[in-house]
Amino acid sequence: MLWYIGKRLIQGLITVWFIATATFFAMHNVPGDPLLNERATTPTIRANLEAKYGLDQPVTTQYFIYLKNIVRGDFGISFAQENREVNDIIREHFPVSAILGVLAVIIAAVGGILWGSLTALYRNRLPDYLIMFLVILGISVPSFVIAAISQLGIVTLNNLAGTTVLPVAGWGTIYHMLVPALVLGLSTMAYLTRLMRSSMLEIVNSDFVRTAKSKGVPPARIFARHQLRNAVLPVITVLGPSIAAITTGGFVVEIVFAIPGLGRFFVEAVQQLDYTVIMGTTVFYGTFLVFMVILVDVIYGFIDPRVRMS
Amino acid sequence: MIENSTPIADRNDNFTRSAGKQLAVYALYAVVTLAVVVYLLAIAAGHTGSNGADMGINVANNSITIALREEPPQLDTGRSTDGASVIVLSHAFEGLIAYDEEAQLTPGVAERWEIRTDGATFWLREDARWSDGQPVTAHDFEFAWKRAIDPATASEYSFIFYSIKNAEAINTGQLPKETLGVRAVNDRLLEVEFEQATPYFDKLVAFVTYFPVREDFYERTDGRYGADADELLYNGPYMITEWVHSASMIWKKNPYYWNDKRGFLDEIRVAYITADTNAKLNLFKDGQIADTHLESPMLPSAMAAHWQIDRAMDGTVFFVVFNHRPGRVTDNLNLRKAMLYAQDPVELVNKALKDAAFLPAASLFPVWVGGVKEKFREEYAAPKHQMDLEKARHHLELAKQELGLAAIPPLVLLVDAQPVSQLAATYYQELYRQRLGLEIRIDSQIFKQRLAKMTAGDFDITVAGWAPDYDDALTYGEFFASWNLQNRGRYASADMDADVRIAQTSLDQKERMDAFGRIQQLVYDDVAMIPMYERGWSFVVDPRLKGFRRRSVGPEIDYNYAYIDVSSD
Amino acid sequence: MTGIAAAEFARQASTEHAQTLSRPSLSYWQDARIRLQSNRRALVSLFIVISLLILTLLGPVLWSVNPAAQDLDQISVPPGRDRSALVVAEYTPWVIPAGTVAELQLADTATTQSVRLQWAGLPGAYGHRVYRNLYPVGPERAYGIPLGEFFDNSTLNFEDRLDLRPGTYYYSVVALAENGRPGTVAETLRVDVRRTTTVNEALAQGLVGSAADIALGDSLQVALHPLGTDYLGRDMLARLMEGARVSLFIGIIAPFIYVLMGVVYGAVSGFAGGKVDQVMMRFADFVVALPFLLFMILFKIAFGIGPGESGIFPMLIAMIVLLWPATARLVRGQILQIREQGYVEASKLLGAKSSYLIFRHMLPNTLGVVLVTLTFEIPRAIFTEAFLSFIGMGVAPPTPSWGSMSNEGIKTMLNTPHELIFPALLISITVLAFNLLGDGLRDALDARMRNTE
Repeated sequence: MLWYIGKRLIQGLITVWFIATATFFAMHNVPGDPLLNERATTPTIRANLEAKYGLDQPVTTQYFIYLKNIVRGDFGISFAQENREVNDIIREHFPVSAILGVLAVIIAAVGGILWGSLTALYRNRLPDYLIMFLVILGISVPSFVIAAISQLGIVTLNNLAGTTVLPVAGWGTIYHMLVPALVLGLSTMAYLTRLMRSSMLEIVNSDFVRTAKSKGVPPARIFARHQLRNAVLPVITVLGPSIAAITTGGFVVEIVFAIPGLGRFFVEAVQQLDYTVIMGTTVFYGTFLVFMVILVDVIYGFIDPRVRMS
Repeated sequence: MIENSTPIADRNDNFTRSAGKQLAVYALYAVVTLAVVVYLLAIAAGHTGSNGADMGINVANNSITIALREEPPQLDTGRSTDGASVIVLSHAFEGLIAYDEEAQLTPGVAERWEIRTDGATFWLREDARWSDGQPVTAHDFEFAWKRAIDPATASEYSFIFYSIKNAEAINTGQLPKETLGVRAVNDRLLEVEFEQATPYFDKLVAFVTYFPVREDFYERTDGRYGADADELLYNGPYMITEWVHSASMIWKKNPYYWNDKRGFLDEIRVAYITADTNAKLNLFKDGQIADTHLESPMLPSAMAAHWQIDRAMDGTVFFVVFNHRPGRVTDNLNLRKAMLYAQDPVELVNKALKDAAFLPAASLFPVWVGGVKEKFREEYAAPKHQMDLEKARHHLELAKQELGLAAIPPLVLLVDAQPVSQLAATYYQELYRQRLGLEIRIDSQIFKQRLAKMTAGDFDITVAGWAPDYDDALTYGEFFASWNLQNRGRYASADMDADVRIAQTSLDQKERMDAFGRIQQLVYDDVAMIPMYERGWSFVVDPRLKGFRRRSVGPEIDYNYAYIDVSSD
Repeated sequence: MTGIAAAEFARQASTEHAQTLSRPSLSYWQDARIRLQSNRRALVSLFIVISLLILTLLGPVLWSVNPAAQDLDQISVPPGRDRSALVVAEYTPWVIPAGTVAELQLADTATTQSVRLQWAGLPGAYGHRVYRNLYPVGPERAYGIPLGEFFDNSTLNFEDRLDLRPGTYYYSVVALAENGRPGTVAETLRVDVRRTTTVNEALAQGLVGSAADIALGDSLQVALHPLGTDYLGRDMLARLMEGARVSLFIGIIAPFIYVLMGVVYGAVSGFAGGKVDQVMMRFADFVVALPFLLFMILFKIAFGIGPGESGIFPMLIAMIVLLWPATARLVRGQILQIREQGYVEASKLLGAKSSYLIFRHMLPNTLGVVLVTLTFEIPRAIFTEAFLSFIGMGVAPPTPSWGSMSNEGIKTMLNTPHELIFPALLISITVLAFNLLGDGLRDALDARMRNTE
């Protein structure tokens, strides 16, 4: 087991190195210039700026310097916010995205598994139709529309209540997180609900459930031990990528609800060609994602003894 | 789904009920766990963003809560270039000269000043203090300016010092920075020597790059000057006491600030940093922020809410820039004339952009820029523009003949991803197709790529905006000088260059304004660009907040003179 | 004792049908088709999907309005509005009449072309500011939108041409104090604005055959826009149909390709197992972690998307190259499970080849999950396109897409909701249709469902 995890970690590091390399060269091949600003600069100033960021070196040299810095855990200084180190940006803003993302994932996973089981149990009956209708509603409207409308909903609610029931935007307290996390997790929840429903239905008809029933195992036990546990497997498989998608995909929610998360930085960095921030966030997220996947695989191994990890 | 398929679960209601109960038990566990997790996350979240939120106006604390469009990227005055930083810096710092409530120059750190042909002298007031209580001295200005012009600092705004002696030579590395023509004679006397006469120097020193920096404090920050709230020393009405990046800031009244005519609030809380104008509108509706600007689609709901809507010009002039590089079809004057006569900025603003606060542009110079005595545009009327399709088609024919082309090849219109630019581009595309049969291809690029393409001259036409640095017509007038790096369409004309030189150096205000008058006409006659609109904002302010200003020059939003007044008028 | 006589036994006539199946033998696909046909919801959604495709392909032929044409007289008009318009002369600049007036009044008929106001100087005014409101001015002294201001007492007239729509406006003139701030003295006028058009405009729009057919003062019906117009007066129906091409292209083609890639990749990886599986999965991890936006821009440039092109193709490539790993991981997980099942072992013992195992046992058994994935990838692809529009990196203007139209509509959702509702509704219907279709297909194709009959 330990050997397996160790091997996966080493592979993970190699993957991260690939990601860093691919992103580095992709970024340097995008035309455009991170040092250009609306205000044109003189050649001397430009040369100094280039020297400051090491852009005066050949790209391959920059690459090796860059790798060396990554190993040391130093992502350099942002181009857009010249006073801030990328490490600081990640350290200050990733937790925000992570908290929001974790909450969204939990809401999505718990909701998805619950609703999915419920719809499977009550297949073709009212609860099934009701939940599936809501699920489809939840996924068929673009997230920025949902975010905007839910914010409008909060304002209306506050106006009706005559006081601030929920904050409209911002970050810092539990109340700030609820609606954004729900909006963020909505599509994943819908996805998981359907996945759960689908795999529950398969298991309901499987041999081992039938055997357990005929043996006289109490229904609750069959449900818990056999159905739920088996049906949850595919859900867990997609949970890893979902977590990544949610923590990195929070841009819309972060913008609409004025949340200082890292997603905003990444999108803005791409648009600003902020080399160091792009590299920093990509490598950071890449690492995060790769290790998330490893974690999921390990958990998968624990839950499903059929998958041998040799 | 197959209606008659009967999975085991369906056949057995007892099973369903039993399993349903089990599920309910799990759901209960899940909810309890969720509550615990949410609680823990909330505790964690408390460490990642300060909860700067308060009501928009807090009368008891004499404080207000506001939102900023974006995180100020650079609060080091010497290197700051952008609007968001200027907003913060204009509250936290004060230059030698400042702007008063009505946007007129007023004494700042300097009590009085004198501007001559060869230089300027500033007499500093005694009671100007840094936020640690020490006096603001002439040395602080000398240090700040020499640092900003030092090529090692790589300040993008260093050009704004070029009227000071040796500035350009220092900035290009030909002379050491000590040779800059500025000298603190003593703590309260600052002498400036000019490279060339600069009659508008008083307006320049109100700009952020001219703000003071105290040397000992700067050295102590060890390269992190401006990076955080405690890495800055303030001399303005407010000081930043808390700064959670991209999330919130708290500005508190600076107890050492000398002027009791500015800085009436005890605290300004920047609780939100967001570019989403809808979010800001919702915050304002909810009473969470003291003011917000309104985009045109928001106006009907603002009217429905019976808010008192106000407006202000933002100072930026937008125009369609042509690529004048030789070999480009847009280098042809008749083609440019055809394009000029086929459009009407009034239609652009009224029908396409539909923003009540925008003004159709008629000139390179916006309406509010000062002239000899009155406004420049009152003294020197902008060229009368009248849309004339026949004239346009005539010029188009001439252009085709001159270029020897049967048809004008498709023109590339380079725009960035801003909604307004895209809207305007779409409007022009259809306009020129319909009226002149010209094919316009929109090249929509992200900000940096658009700049790269503009700088490289890889476009035919592009949409550009120009915001003023200082309150003098020159900030616009020199745009099309052949040596101006900003002139990315490479418009070049000897007449233009001569007039810009006069405007830059003449001490006679009339002579300068005459030059600007000629520039205004030349830009139109030569169709250096097509004016689009002067940007403005419709905005609302909480009626209890008085003295709030939106400005054309300097900070876009200005709370320096704002105070809370609960009496209704 | 009662004996049974041998004669009572007779030989049963042999029947040929003893071993025949009562129903015809169905192949896998025949069975699937029958079950799909009996699924009404799936059929309805199939019908919707086909109609959407027809809308995309045939729609522009039937409703041949240029989606880029701007009808600037009809901006943001909701569907079903009164279209009658008065024919007036071409706009000419206002020659301000000499002389003074007693109070705020119209100098001319108020039309959608212009509203011309004149007023007498207000007492104590240092200048005037003109406002326009949609509502009567109440005690809040909220006069509406400030349209213009004159800091002198000689300008006592104003011409409003800003986005005038037929209906009622309340114009106010407010006195400015010495510091240029609006004071408390004001005068308000209610104005009813009529829709107008000009002869040239009517000709350009093809509303009349020749200029001789209409005269000034006539009333005519302006161009019909069945679903209203957008913020530039473009026909919504035409744009929605044009946008369908982009959204459905991106939304259907991309997921089909990358889900298929994921299925093949995941199946191979899961089936092969061991080293191959390890390497393949690490490669998938690598692709998942690549920044989508950055590569999107890169592809945009790599494929030479220059001015005037919509940029759909690079978006498609970026999606295909970057979005397959999720499906691959999912399918691999399923295959790993199925590999251990008894029937696979049995099949293997019977000498089945790998390809047979994959195509006969493994893929059909993963179909359920794959189809659910696909039906969710379609909205995801449509949303990805919409998200790219949201951050300004979507299809280039003037090409519309449902995503970009929703994004534009959201700004005006309170005033002209039709600009948001139609594209959003189409997205929802498409997504819904694909979901139900996916459900039906899953039930029809899932090998395990066959024995429950």
